[in-house]
Amino acid sequence: MTALKAEVRRSAYYDSVVLMQLQRALAALPGVLDAGVVMGTTANKDLLAQNGLLTAEVETAAADDLCIVVKAADEAQAQAALAQVDDLLRRRRHDGDQGYRPKSLATAATMLPEAQWVLVSVPGSYAAGVARQALDLGKHVFLYSDNVPMEEEMALKETAAAKGLLVMGPDCGTAIINGVGLGFANRVRRGPIGLVAASGTGLQTVSSRIHQLGSGITHALGTGGRDFSERVGAVTARQGLDLLARDAETRVIVLISKPPAPAVAARVLQAARATGKPVVIDFIGYVAETTRRENLHFVRTLDEAAALAVELADRTTPEMSTALPPFAPSQRYLRGLYSGGTLAYEALLLLQDMLPGVYSNTPLDKTWALPNPMQSREHTVVDLGEDVFTVGRLHPMLDNDLRIRRLRQEAADPEVAVILLDVVLGYGAHPDPAAELGPAIAEAIAVARDEGRHLEVVVAVVGTDEDPQDLNRQSEQLRAAGAVVFTTHQAAVAHAAGLVRGRTSLSGLPPVSLAALTQPLAALNVGLESFADSLTAQGAGVVQVDWRPVAGGNERLAGILARMRGR
Amino acid sequence: MINIEQANREATDRMIEARPVLVGLGRALDVIPGMREDLLLHAGPPITWERASGPLKGAIIGALIFEGKARDAAEAERLVTSGQIRLEPCHHHQAVGPMAGVTSPSMAVYIIENKTHGNRAFSNLNEGYGKVLRYGAYDESVQARLRWMHEVMAPILRDAIEASGGIDIRALLAEALHMGDEGHNRNKAGSVLFLKALAPYIAKAAPSSEVASDILKAIGDNALSVLNPVMAACKAMADAAHGIQGSTIVTTMARNGTDFGIRVSGLGDRWFTGPSQVPRGLYFPGFSAEDANPDIGDSTITETAGIGGFAMATAPAIVTFVSGTPKDAINTTLEMYEITFTEHRYFTIPALDFRGTPTGIDIRKVVETGITPRINTGIAHKEAGIGQIGAGLVRPPMSIFEEALVAFAEEYGF
Repeated sequence: MTALKAEVRRSAYYDSVVLMQLQRALAALPGVLDAGVVMGTTANKDLLAQNGLLTAEVETAAADDLCIVVKAADEAQAQAALAQVDDLLRRRRHDGDQGYRPKSLATAATMLPEAQWVLVSVPGSYAAGVARQALDLGKHVFLYSDNVPMEEEMALKETAAAKGLLVMGPDCGTAIINGVGLGFANRVRRGPIGLVAASGTGLQTVSSRIHQLGSGITHALGTGGRDFSERVGAVTARQGLDLLARDAETRVIVLISKPPAPAVAARVLQAARATGKPVVIDFIGYVAETTRRENLHFVRTLDEAAALAVELADRTTPEMSTALPPFAPSQRYLRGLYSGGTLAYEALLLLQDMLPGVYSNTPLDKTWALPNPMQSREHTVVDLGEDVFTVGRLHPMLDNDLRIRRLRQEAADPEVAVILLDVVLGYGAHPDPAAELGPAIAEAIAVARDEGRHLEVVVAVVGTDEDPQDLNRQSEQLRAAGAVVFTTHQAAVAHAAGLVRGRTSLSGLPPVSLAALTQPLAALNVGLESFADSLTAQGAGVVQVDWRPVAGGNERLAGILARMRGR
Repeated sequence: MINIEQANREATDRMIEARPVLVGLGRALDVIPGMREDLLLHAGPPITWERASGPLKGAIIGALIFEGKARDAAEAERLVTSGQIRLEPCHHHQAVGPMAGVTSPSMAVYIIENKTHGNRAFSNLNEGYGKVLRYGAYDESVQARLRWMHEVMAPILRDAIEASGGIDIRALLAEALHMGDEGHNRNKAGSVLFLKALAPYIAKAAPSSEVASDILKAIGDNALSVLNPVMAACKAMADAAHGIQGSTIVTTMARNGTDFGIRVSGLGDRWFTGPSQVPRGLYFPGFSAEDANPDIGDSTITETAGIGGFAMATAPAIVTFVSGTPKDAINTTLEMYEITFTEHRYFTIPALDFRGTPTGIDIRKVVETGITPRINTGIAHKEAGIGQIGAGLVRPPMSIFEEALVAFAEEYGF
């Protein structure tokens, strides 16, 4: 025998939605067969009657009375259900504490605009597509996914490099950016050592060992295992070296990879040399001919790499990486204006390891020949003692006029950051070059300043204090004019190159903004949620994307969408 | 070469800048373009009698009885199946109607004029709750109600609208959205605003205070009274965005109780249709999902124009239809931003820091993300004549967006 119980609450208005909800909650209670919760209008009462839910009490209800009717298996259950009405009406579902889960990367990017990184760990066949979306949004990519086709990897890295973005991976298991571990990473102290590694466990081993030895890490960049292959050409490694070269906090760099193809090794080593910082290289299993070549240190094991890096970091001091002058954004290039042919030649030799390419009227390699010796382009070193300049006039060691004109020309070029000069003293040379070059240098600096630029002039003075011109007096005059003066050529060239090195990329690729490393890490995570959890635990900002394959994985539709985007 | 972004920008700009104003009320035969004596308009994409669902059949029968063309269901059915009476979508005639949406030649319709672009749109009058024609009820009580509406209320409403100088529905909606409406399922505030705008003129136009009182009560008791002018306003906005070469913006979403159909701005008047779904929601006492008809009505024009389910964040009460929380209401709107081209400039959401509502459904984004539009809707009983049995949420089938995308690719050579 079923029981029908009703309750009428006078003048109790509730929104119809609340009523329907209450009705559903009542109907779901144990033993309840049906329930009706309505305001007591005639139409509603008819409705209750049709469903066998009308009681005498409800019949008396008015339009603004709340009617609650329960039909249950027995009286007790009906009564129990009615007793819960107030609880049900009051019940507040706990507010979902997680915010909105964006379905697309683009939406996630609007939710966390400061995110510079996108972590991708979706299945390999979709990973490249997600990475490409990230690049389109101007984000750097940590690409954990494996099974990304080689062609896709090459295309991704090419796109990224052109945009000044990093793609760490594919198959990149670990990285540390600005103290925050991505993917699998150890909790490692901050310190002076930066890592670039094609091997995830290699990176973890070396970074952990560095920590054990009491030192620490600035950033540890993963490249993905195939980065050093001939086809990929170590794009990410070269970008990484370039970044760490410009990162003031990084004093020593460790480079870890399996032995690369010879052609790739040459490019990577050039990029490593060009950092100007000590680079410890472990091409795992590769026996180098030497343990030391300039700033490059070759080791054979991961432990050796860590130990040597810590030792080298102890020997360097932070001030060795000095702040760069306040160049304007347009100022990117070095111009060397030489009077001495051998010095110009040596400058070209020294610069080839420090800058991506230097034009000259006397180039080491014809591809870098200046089409017009009167007109510099990008980085340029000219030998003004060459015949083309000296026809009908004295050699520039005797006559400063030609150099002063060229100095003015270069100083007026908004792309020029640094002008490098040699001044050769001694018998037979100009009796007082500083008296003429000094004012010209001061004028050049002033002209640039008037146009909102900062011009650096670096001078290598060759001579002795017993020369007629007096090395010390000449140096002082030039310094007073605003030049930075060196008495050894190599130091002058290295200093000049150091000033512009950060202005152009060492890797021959557009420079990646240092902000990728130095801003507080914030990321969008597509794939493994544990990666997002770990970022949150480390205090980094993260938005998890509720990712689904484009067009539900329908290749035909995905193809149409891609073509529509392409136009 | 087609620039989709530019085309979509133009389409959505037109949709948003359209300013629909309720300017009058007229007889369908006199004011709706292409309306004929032998024609009935209905909701959704084209359909035949054979494929029509219960509520649509009931409304067709009721409308033919109302017109005096049939005396009963059998006669009505013969008229339609013999071809003496034709069926065409409201959407083919610049019109929209909620639920069955059946509009017959002598019915009164609201006239909306888009003051920005000049196009017009039309919608029938809302009958209120209970047994009503739009849910397929057609008995004598329904007929009596329709007669009163047309003989007593409509002439006065017409005079009142004209005397008011027109009601700016876009402005009314913008205000209603700040009062807890989303403009589709919840029109409580909008209907009160509508009543407020018309009441002084109804009082003047009515022949007696008795009649004025009846009309004011009819409008005031019906929390959906503004729905029909709102739908026509949305139709005027969507039509302004239709026909832009190269645009992937949806300009029509409509259901006839059997099929769900969409049209796309850059694909002309072609419909893309798939099976209409049964809404998920709450039911009135004694009813359940088993009694429900598949989704029906032109009211999805509201979501098409950037309100309704898309503005759910302004109307958290609606989300409780599916046991949601206010947070779910916010999330619904946030999700719709993922498939829309832009944000509305006039319809804003206080809870989202007055962000504009998601506007302009982009078939590219729907297919790419797999997210279909969220629609707030009433639920009709599947049998003619019973009426509304609940309310809830529903989504269109994914297939129609996929088909539209393929058609777009063929049309424009992608």
